[in-house]
Amino acid sequence: MNIDFTEEELAFQQEVRQFFDENYPKDIQAKVDANIHPEKEDFVRWQKILNKKGWFAENWPEEYGGPGWNATQRYIVQQEKARARVIINMPFGVTMVAPVIYTYGTEEQKKRFLPDILETNVWWCQGYSEPGAGSDLAGLKTTGVRDGDDYIINGTKTWTTLGHYADWIFCLVRTDSECKKKQQGISFILVDMKTPGISVSPILTLDEEREVNEVHFDNVRVPAANLIGEENQGWTYAKLLLTHERTSIANVQNSKVRLEKVKQLAKATAAHDGEGLLWDDGMFRSKVANVELELTALEYTELRTLAAVASGGAPGPESSILKIKGTEVMQAIDELLVELAGYHAVPFTQAQYHEGFEGERIGDWFESNTGPHYFNNRKQSIFGGTNEIQKGIICKAVLGL
Amino acid sequence: MDFSFTEEQQLLKDSLEKFVVSDYDFEDRRKLVASDLGYSTEHWNMFAELGWLGMPFKEEDGGYGGSATDLMVVMQSLGKGLVVEPVLANTVLAGHMVSSLGSAAQKDSLIGGLIGGESQMALAFAEKQARYDLTNVATKAEANANGYSISGEKIAVLNAPNANHLIVIARTSGEQRSTAGISAFVVGKDAEGLSLNSYTTVDGFKGAEVRLNNVQVSADALLGDAGSALTALESTMDMARIAVCAEALGCMETLLFKTVEYTKTRKQFGVTLSFFQALQHRMADMFTECQQASSILYMAAMKVDSNAEDASIAVSAAKARIGQAAKLVGQEAVQLHGGMGVTDELDVGHYFKRLTIIDTLFGNTDYHLKRYADAM
Repeated sequence: MNIDFTEEELAFQQEVRQFFDENYPKDIQAKVDANIHPEKEDFVRWQKILNKKGWFAENWPEEYGGPGWNATQRYIVQQEKARARVIINMPFGVTMVAPVIYTYGTEEQKKRFLPDILETNVWWCQGYSEPGAGSDLAGLKTTGVRDGDDYIINGTKTWTTLGHYADWIFCLVRTDSECKKKQQGISFILVDMKTPGISVSPILTLDEEREVNEVHFDNVRVPAANLIGEENQGWTYAKLLLTHERTSIANVQNSKVRLEKVKQLAKATAAHDGEGLLWDDGMFRSKVANVELELTALEYTELRTLAAVASGGAPGPESSILKIKGTEVMQAIDELLVELAGYHAVPFTQAQYHEGFEGERIGDWFESNTGPHYFNNRKQSIFGGTNEIQKGIICKAVLGL
Repeated sequence: MDFSFTEEQQLLKDSLEKFVVSDYDFEDRRKLVASDLGYSTEHWNMFAELGWLGMPFKEEDGGYGGSATDLMVVMQSLGKGLVVEPVLANTVLAGHMVSSLGSAAQKDSLIGGLIGGESQMALAFAEKQARYDLTNVATKAEANANGYSISGEKIAVLNAPNANHLIVIARTSGEQRSTAGISAFVVGKDAEGLSLNSYTTVDGFKGAEVRLNNVQVSADALLGDAGSALTALESTMDMARIAVCAEALGCMETLLFKTVEYTKTRKQFGVTLSFFQALQHRMADMFTECQQASSILYMAAMKVDSNAEDASIAVSAAKARIGQAAKLVGQEAVQLHGGMGVTDELDVGHYFKRLTIIDTLFGNTDYHLKRYADAM
């Protein structure tokens, strides 16, 4: 075992750092620093820059356009991204549906869909959850009925993140309702959002932002050529996608940056009782220390998972730990930020955290956005399979319970 | 970066775990704990023959390893079997002090015996008033014509009843909490003025309160230079922390395994306990704690091995986090075993005891959390 970077790894770190310094748009970085919501265009622009360098599809095999990084290199890239405050890759195409397409899709499907994902010409969204099927995902009711060369889809998908931006949606639909087990009879199909019969309606989250949507399918006719793999075998493909999703949720490096921010702010904020700095208040600092210990342990859990992935196969059920602990840490940091903001957590100042705000700003840094952020981030332990579902996965797949 | 063990480490791990699984029976352990000696000389000789006692020592000292990772591999495996043979007290606590400070002659006469299993040692450092502060040394060593005269009281000296030699930490100069003036001496167990109040520890090891009343030692009993033993004591503590963290990890892994197996067989309300989600999720938490403990321990061991600037703080991170994990896993293992968990006959409670005492040794969770927080 060795914790040090090799000469080659250090050189790679320099290369990555320099690339981000020179190519990450300063206006997007400024938004991140000011906690302004990035727009669709920001994601598209940056992902195209990354892809031109060959660094966008991090988790893909080289033959499809992945960069061929080993575990340490991926770790270095994550570190450097956090350092440069790089916005995330929108995961729905590149991280989630793409592995399903290159693992289970036909050659024709790979040629048709993967290049546009690489180049971010197409914005994907996720059609998994339904109003009646959340954690119990296999209980989904949206139907796909074969009609000649098409499937006719009816039903409602929900929690569709940025579905109002999306060009395509990947859906789980029930193609056989006679099966004994509800995991059977599900198919995985790709749908053009412009198809007649699809409508998208917003769901506002606790921060009053439009992040998620409901997507309604009313007799939507989809070519059977868009079906991935075999009919009724969709659950297998869906699970592969979920492991990739879970692993990407941990967001360790982002939490490290945010925790650093907590420390900086605490060093510039008076203690609750006005005596000295908040940073010197032992009660506050021990909370920060506890979060940092958890995060440090998680960072190495993630590294061990990445190393295991590099030496063969998709991330295992252990990735559930990354999801549980990663989201717990994120939420703990949100709590610390609200505490830091003090009275300036009180005003609701949504407009000043969007592009184009010209009024008089309230509060320093992003004090008045800490509340909305905290409320919004309660989603972390719920989406991607609630943390209780993750525990269930550990019990079943790891402990054999 | 590399998270894999070397071939030697993997072989060592395999042979240790084979011993623990097939030759280290819990009933036999109970008899050993109840015996006067407290461990098996047969086991001890076997550990020596297989080179296990040499793993915590560098090659230049006659050992076979010496890295924190080597030590981690050994101690994690011993933890899995709740091994009561005094590896920690001899090879880590006393051994690391001699290895860090000893002259060639002192190493020659002491380390060979530790690696070969012929001699037993103990490190007498803790004092009642000091809690975990290593600089708080009230025991005094006064220089005289024949060497030094040592007086003071040491507590919780692990393995002292069986030791041929004690390494005694005593102050040769300075105020009680001064960093300078702390020295280490090799003191024969039969030295005049040395008395032991011996006991078995709550987790099955041998220990003693040690009183030194004008114990006269020669000048060559001093390890290293007079007054400058603190650095070695601190690095010994760090190695000991790595050692007990690894041992705790081994204990936790065994407890998780035993708990899962138990709930799969024990029936209540017509079904096995493993059927209940309220229990399942607690075992998932135990698993997660084991993984997080493992991760932070690897991090600390690797930092120690690469001489990282923040290595000692990384060790504190591991000790604090593993203290938390050990408490959760230990308590939950007992709880999920129900009434059997609190019986003396079942091994689960004994793992729990060891985990509890490990947190108390060399700085507990709060001590290390504060040490970590102060360094943030």
